Amino acid sequence: MEEVALIRIVAVKFLQAVPVILIISILAFLLLSLLPGDPALIIAGEQASPAAVEQVRRQLGLDRSFLEQLGIWLFNLAQGNFGSSLVLNQSVLSAVAERLPVTLSLAALSISFTIPVGVLLGSVAAYFRRTWIDSAVMTVALLGVSIPAFWIAILGVILFSVQLGWVPSSGFTPISQGVGPWFASLALPALILSLFQIGFLARMTRSAMLDVLGQDYIRTARAKGLSEWRTVGKHALRNALILIITATGILLSAAIGGSVIIEQVFALPGIGRMVVQAILARDYPLVQGTMLILGFTFVMINLIVDILYTLADPRVRHD
Amino acid sequence: MIMPLLSVRNLTVQFRVDSGWVTAVDDVSLDVGEGDCVGIVGESGSGKSVTALSILQLHQRATTRIPSGTITYQGQDLLRERGSTMRRIRGSEIAMIFQDPMSSLNPVLTIADQISETLRQHQGLTGVAARKRVVELLGLVRIPDATRRADDYPHRLSGGMRQRVMIAMAIACKPRLLIADEPTTALDVTIQAQILELLRDLRKELKMSVMLISHDLGVIAEFAQSVIVMYAGRVVEEAPVAQLFRRPVHPYTVGLIAAVPKLDSDAPRLATIAGRIPGPQEIIVGCRFSPRCALVQPRCRDEPPLMQPVSDGQSARCPPRILVLGERHG
Ligand SMILES: Nc1ncnc2c1ncn2[C@@H]1O[C@H](COP(=O)(O)OP(=O)(O)O)[C@@H](O)[C@H]1O
Ligand SMILES: [Mg+2]
Repeated sequence: MEEVALIRIVAVKFLQAVPVILIISILAFLLLSLLPGDPALIIAGEQASPAAVEQVRRQLGLDRSFLEQLGIWLFNLAQGNFGSSLVLNQSVLSAVAERLPVTLSLAALSISFTIPVGVLLGSVAAYFRRTWIDSAVMTVALLGVSIPAFWIAILGVILFSVQLGWVPSSGFTPISQGVGPWFASLALPALILSLFQIGFLARMTRSAMLDVLGQDYIRTARAKGLSEWRTVGKHALRNALILIITATGILLSAAIGGSVIIEQVFALPGIGRMVVQAILARDYPLVQGTMLILGFTFVMINLIVDILYTLADPRVRHD
Repeated sequence: MIMPLLSVRNLTVQFRVDSGWVTAVDDVSLDVGEGDCVGIVGESGSGKSVTALSILQLHQRATTRIPSGTITYQGQDLLRERGSTMRRIRGSEIAMIFQDPMSSLNPVLTIADQISETLRQHQGLTGVAARKRVVELLGLVRIPDATRRADDYPHRLSGGMRQRVMIAMAIACKPRLLIADEPTTALDVTIQAQILELLRDLRKELKMSVMLISHDLGVIAEFAQSVIVMYAGRVVEEAPVAQLFRRPVHPYTVGLIAAVPKLDSDAPRLATIAGRIPGPQEIIVGCRFSPRCALVQPRCRDEPPLMQPVSDGQSARCPPRILVLGERHG
């Protein structure tokens, strides 16, 4: 009975994601048509001959009517065709697929720093609320969210790469060349990316925990003779987790967004760096397609978070 | 003289609020003997829960202080104990159930999980053995279909069933003393009667002492052998239950008795005590009941009255009334 309910919830969430995906697709399409001026001219460049501009226009289908263009765009998308890069001589999909592992491993690594540290800091602050421990932890969290990422990145490179020589200052080593070098090439960028997130998650966790620690069932847990560790680590955290999971979805999306800057600073060949280069090279189809794929990724992340949330809360599960 | 199981002496409990420290419980003394059932009664806000929570040290450490008093359990002063000793006593020697069974159970853990936790903590029971005992306990508190219910989450149960789960959890390790803080207040009248009956049976079966807290003297009358009446943080009267109803001394007790609905009376409205109970931050010189008391005398407002013995087992905190009653009887 429970499994059936679960499958139904998952199905409903998937259906709810469909209109969102459609809207994202249309927005990505509008991105190109809303550019000021003539996109064909911008893409071909100011110095291009009128014939060359016409060529670009036809190539991109810009000579057709607006609705026709939208129809073709959606039709192509439905077939998994996200367009082709003008510069890279590659389809958008393969360009993204090539760089996605870098961005994803960066995001995943930073999240795997963020979650244990953020949850621990937030829980400790909540448990020792209104003491010096709470103030100290929250000051660190505030620093994490307020220090600009590029500034701390430069400091980090000076300290860990130049002075200590622990990690390379830039570049990426694929995991196929060994887990150690891969980790070393991503550790510093991931750490810096997670600073902001740790601050954010610690604050979220603290307020969720404060709420939970005041609940009657926490008093019940203590009245049973459970240790503080079990009371907080099991009874309180399981409840706070429901809120923390929601925050994690935002974090993962933010980590992918934040990697644009970090990839730039550390010269990591990920999606963020590719998009920046594509914008500079006026490779609009690549920008457009990448935005779209990232949009889909965010939708999927939120979908997964939604489902995890359902799993964590038996009350939602049964409704 | 035999030592009672639990003895609270001159307990004072203070809380830190914005304006400083306030006294929520003032100089409370009470005894619970082996196998006894003691009732604590008083309007909401009279300090019953604060007294009960002090016994197991369940107050927030940072905002609570206990400037005076002792709480002696089997010869051991609990107020001197910390950490592991208190944890060993909680749930295994002294167990507690609370007013709101909806919020007192953890919503994200199954019933079996929550009960077996106590078993593991105090008896080292795990796995199949714990499971077996959980089902047994659910049967003991008369939850139908216990095997299946064990795997439910609390929100699937009715209020009465949840309170039964709380009781099962409390008696899991056969405590010597059960503190029941308004166990039926949040429940329907018919369910109330069932829960009280269950508690009565379990008390006999397990030979445990019970401290029953209620704002409803009717509930106390049905259950307890002796009664402590509290008002605004102080004990104002204590007596064996029959004695209390036969000859209440304190005007507050008289008012509480008048407010109990009687089945054989056709009075259209219940008598209530005019006015309201003062909060801990309100300063009242003398008797804290004097602003509401119909029999108030000038001296009541001058100095706080002391507890005085009235007769065997009965004492009250109202010198003028004791004097009058003494003259009438003597
Ligand atoms: N943690 C606390 N901080 C401040 N005041 C409290 C706290 N707990 C209880 N009080 C106050 O102490 C008084 C007695 O409360 P309580 O013992 O809960 O009454 P009751 O007899 O209804 O159980 C009330 O006025 C209540 O507001
Ligand atoms: Mg109470």
